[in-house]
Amino acid sequence: MRCRKCPKRAVLGLPRHNTAFCGDCLTEFVRTQVQRAIKAQQMFSPDDRVLVAVSGGKDSLTLWEILLKLGYRVDALYVDLGIPGYSSRSKEKVEQFAKVVADPCGSQLTIHAVEEDAGAGIKEIANLIKRPTCSACGTIKRYQFNRVAWQNHYDVMATGHNLDDEAARLLGNVLQWQEEYLQKQSPTLPASLEGFAKKVKPLYRMTEREIAAYAVVNRIDYLVEECPMAKGAKMLVYKEALNRLEAESPGTKQRFYWGFLDRQEKSSSVASSMSQIDQTTLQPCTVCSQPTTAGTCSFCRMMARAKTTVK
Amino acid sequence: MKVHLSHPTRDVVIQGPKRVADVFKELNLIPEAFLIIRGQDLLTEDETVADGDSIEIRPVISGG
Repeated sequence: MRCRKCPKRAVLGLPRHNTAFCGDCLTEFVRTQVQRAIKAQQMFSPDDRVLVAVSGGKDSLTLWEILLKLGYRVDALYVDLGIPGYSSRSKEKVEQFAKVVADPCGSQLTIHAVEEDAGAGIKEIANLIKRPTCSACGTIKRYQFNRVAWQNHYDVMATGHNLDDEAARLLGNVLQWQEEYLQKQSPTLPASLEGFAKKVKPLYRMTEREIAAYAVVNRIDYLVEECPMAKGAKMLVYKEALNRLEAESPGTKQRFYWGFLDRQEKSSSVASSMSQIDQTTLQPCTVCSQPTTAGTCSFCRMMARAKTTVK
Repeated sequence: MKVHLSHPTRDVVIQGPKRVADVFKELNLIPEAFLIIRGQDLLTEDETVADGDSIEIRPVISGG
């Protein structure tokens, strides 16, 4: 198969676009798509300071690399979840990337260790408070990324969520009719309230396969290993179902998610309606002051229970 | 050919030469969820893998 843009050998077919690219043209395509996402969704400008949430996986390291290549002012935060073996291997990938790729560009890595906060790793915390590990993990990561972004005056926090992530999440929310979550599926969530950082997903136009191919072509050394805690997670089931549909009808995932975004945009302004909802329902946490719908936020309640039980 | 797979990590041997698309079919895998890598090169579905080649079929799905 030949590249559709130049005479070189193609390295990836993209059935959803009825095209194929060589390594150089794939790189250009992915970076252009990310730049288009940033502009179309008004994510950030070249003057803004961006904090990227990194895990050592393909999506977050690729996002960090692309934002650096596009010339944005970007730093990164890694949350060490304390998962035996897996966390040390993922941290090693992040630190290596920071040293070899990011540091020469003046981009800094911050590491937050969950065990230093709670006296236990994520699996132990989840067991102690009797919650699924992925749920406890999500609460901790959302909290820490927001806290670090807010306290260090970053203009925006970026995550490596891709088209597959967003389509699978949308499928899950629609299957369960979780309408309250649908509004938060925008690639750009505003800093609606004091204490909330603006959150963006610049990879939402790219599939996991395209991002993984970009990482391989550009020699981004990421952790291929899956998080052992994710085994049996519903999101993986939704992704597999969507990939089966995609194989039969290329473009299904983008039509599903982008179609949802089009309808969302026509029906209301996400930024204004979310700000209104947040301003009427959120108040400062009595412990940490981050916005919450309860008196004490879910993170502080979780940490209090974990610390009591650990001691 | 020797095929390296992940989740769980394992190696299998299948008869070559074979087109990448046929490797996917034989292993009952959806191409959308994987990359095929030979050495440091990505292979498209129409390319042929020789019997003596070693390839990696790398999953691209992640997340819990």
